[in-house]
Amino acid sequence: MKGFLLIAIVVAAFAAVPLVVHSNVTLNFLVVALLIALAGQGWNVLGGYGGQYSFGHAAFFGTGAYVTAVLQMRYGVNAWIGFAAGIAAGSAVGAIVGTLAFRAGLRSSYFALVTLAFAEVLRILASVAPITGAGVGMLIKLDLRAQSFQFQSRALFYLVILALVAVALVTAQMLERSRFGAWLIAVRENEDAAMALGVDAFSIKLGAMVLSAAITAAAGGFYAQYFLFVDAGIAYGTWISIEALLTPVIGGVGTVFGPLVGALAAKSLGEGAKLVTGDVPGLDLMIYGAMLVLVIRFVPHGIVGAFADVSDRIKRRVLAARAPAREAVHG
Amino acid sequence: MVEPLLSVEGISHRFGGLLAVDAASLWAPAGSITSLIGPNGAGKTTLFAVISGFLKPTAGRVRYGGEDVTGEPPHRLARRGMARTFQITKPFAGLSVRDNILIGAHLRHPARADALAVAETVARDVGLGELLDRPAHTMTAAARKRLELARALATEPKLLLLDEVLAGLNPSEIREVVPVIRALAGRGLAVVMIEHVMQAVMSLSAHVFVLAEGRIIAEGSPAHVTADPAVVEAYLGHGAAAKVGAHDVH
Repeated sequence: MKGFLLIAIVVAAFAAVPLVVHSNVTLNFLVVALLIALAGQGWNVLGGYGGQYSFGHAAFFGTGAYVTAVLQMRYGVNAWIGFAAGIAAGSAVGAIVGTLAFRAGLRSSYFALVTLAFAEVLRILASVAPITGAGVGMLIKLDLRAQSFQFQSRALFYLVILALVAVALVTAQMLERSRFGAWLIAVRENEDAAMALGVDAFSIKLGAMVLSAAITAAAGGFYAQYFLFVDAGIAYGTWISIEALLTPVIGGVGTVFGPLVGALAAKSLGEGAKLVTGDVPGLDLMIYGAMLVLVIRFVPHGIVGAFADVSDRIKRRVLAARAPAREAVHG
Repeated sequence: MVEPLLSVEGISHRFGGLLAVDAASLWAPAGSITSLIGPNGAGKTTLFAVISGFLKPTAGRVRYGGEDVTGEPPHRLARRGMARTFQITKPFAGLSVRDNILIGAHLRHPARADALAVAETVARDVGLGELLDRPAHTMTAAARKRLELARALATEPKLLLLDEVLAGLNPSEIREVVPVIRALAGRGLAVVMIEHVMQAVMSLSAHVFVLAEGRIIAEGSPAHVTADPAVVEAYLGHGAAAKVGAHDVH
């Protein structure tokens, strides 16, 4: 219950931001940070809780983005329905990649490479297929009405992405409290031991992959509606695979708030550097690199993980201090 | 005669050119402790891996609860009530003792609260009650062995395969764990244990199977098999039985 309460407080605090902040630049920054946090939370379900490090979450992000865009522009489907279909399609891609990779028993770096390969294949297909607009990409027609999933005000976009992030946070929290989540963590910690205890490792990993893909696909669909443009390099580019992976790593893998904290930290630093140095291309990536090195060196469990480690250490010290007292009583 | 809970019929397992297990048969009835002993490299752990579904046998059948379960995956066998421990302990290192046991308890108890209650009871049964909040990676070897046992028990098994749970424990730790294992058989479980600690094998087991070079070379009561010359030779080398016998005469 404590976890859900904390989520409610955090989400409420974020929801209050547009009441105070009216700057479009700030709101835009927060929308993008939350978008990355959402994609990262998707990665976190599979990578953080399940220990399956994907390097190709662009496959799901891109599918979410393209399906949302293509259904609207080519088939005249309502944007919200397109968005839902994008999530479904992203999940389906997750199911296919997951079935193939996990059936083949791929683990660790092999799994990472295969997911990367899938994302790259999709990127190449999308850059030549006429239905996606091939190399030109696809513009979504401006239609600033809520029923078209477009909003006049940034604040409304912000609240929509915040709602999506809230759902993802609740999902992660439920994962931590459920049998599915416990089994997923068991698979991460030791797959053989988990199987010996009755855990169907394949199904658990596949389920996590589908859930993970759905969350990241939602981020992709939102991206399409927010920027009204999709091309192969954006949708299926490695940039999003990297961001989806880095934010939880920086914030804390396998924690509820890790991706959100990581996304805010990474984006703040990236934007901060841009302010100082101007728009030097690739600078944000260099900053990510440097940040990753620092995180791995000094806070290997991420920012949220570091706090948990400290509180654990304090708890243990308290327990240790209490233990001799108890023995004295028994003696 | 009623079929024993577990019966292994003519299991062979080949790793490339090495025939690790060669037409081995054994059985284990409910409510009783059966030991599988044999020199290092005899194929005991391989046989366990076949029984518990981690390896598919090259030949032979595993029957459990009257059904042929040969080649079923480990998680399905666990659901049928088969639990095993690992010789090289495999704790969920990043989790607490409580959460480790919780994973096992979840098999029969989907709700977290129920599973936690079961986990705590099991932990107390095997003497881990004081360590519930300890991270598994900080535990001693002896405590890890108990954790293996606790996790397996939390799945509420009918058949328990123990792979050297006493190895590496000191005599006083062994004296603590032995009654725990005995009590399990008393509760009606079929226990099969691979064990090198002969003192425990002698005092616990109703029936002993001896595996050497992949083959079952002897079986019977503990006293019977330890007196068998073939067993003595398997452990001590060719001609050893005669020497030991001669020594006894003098």
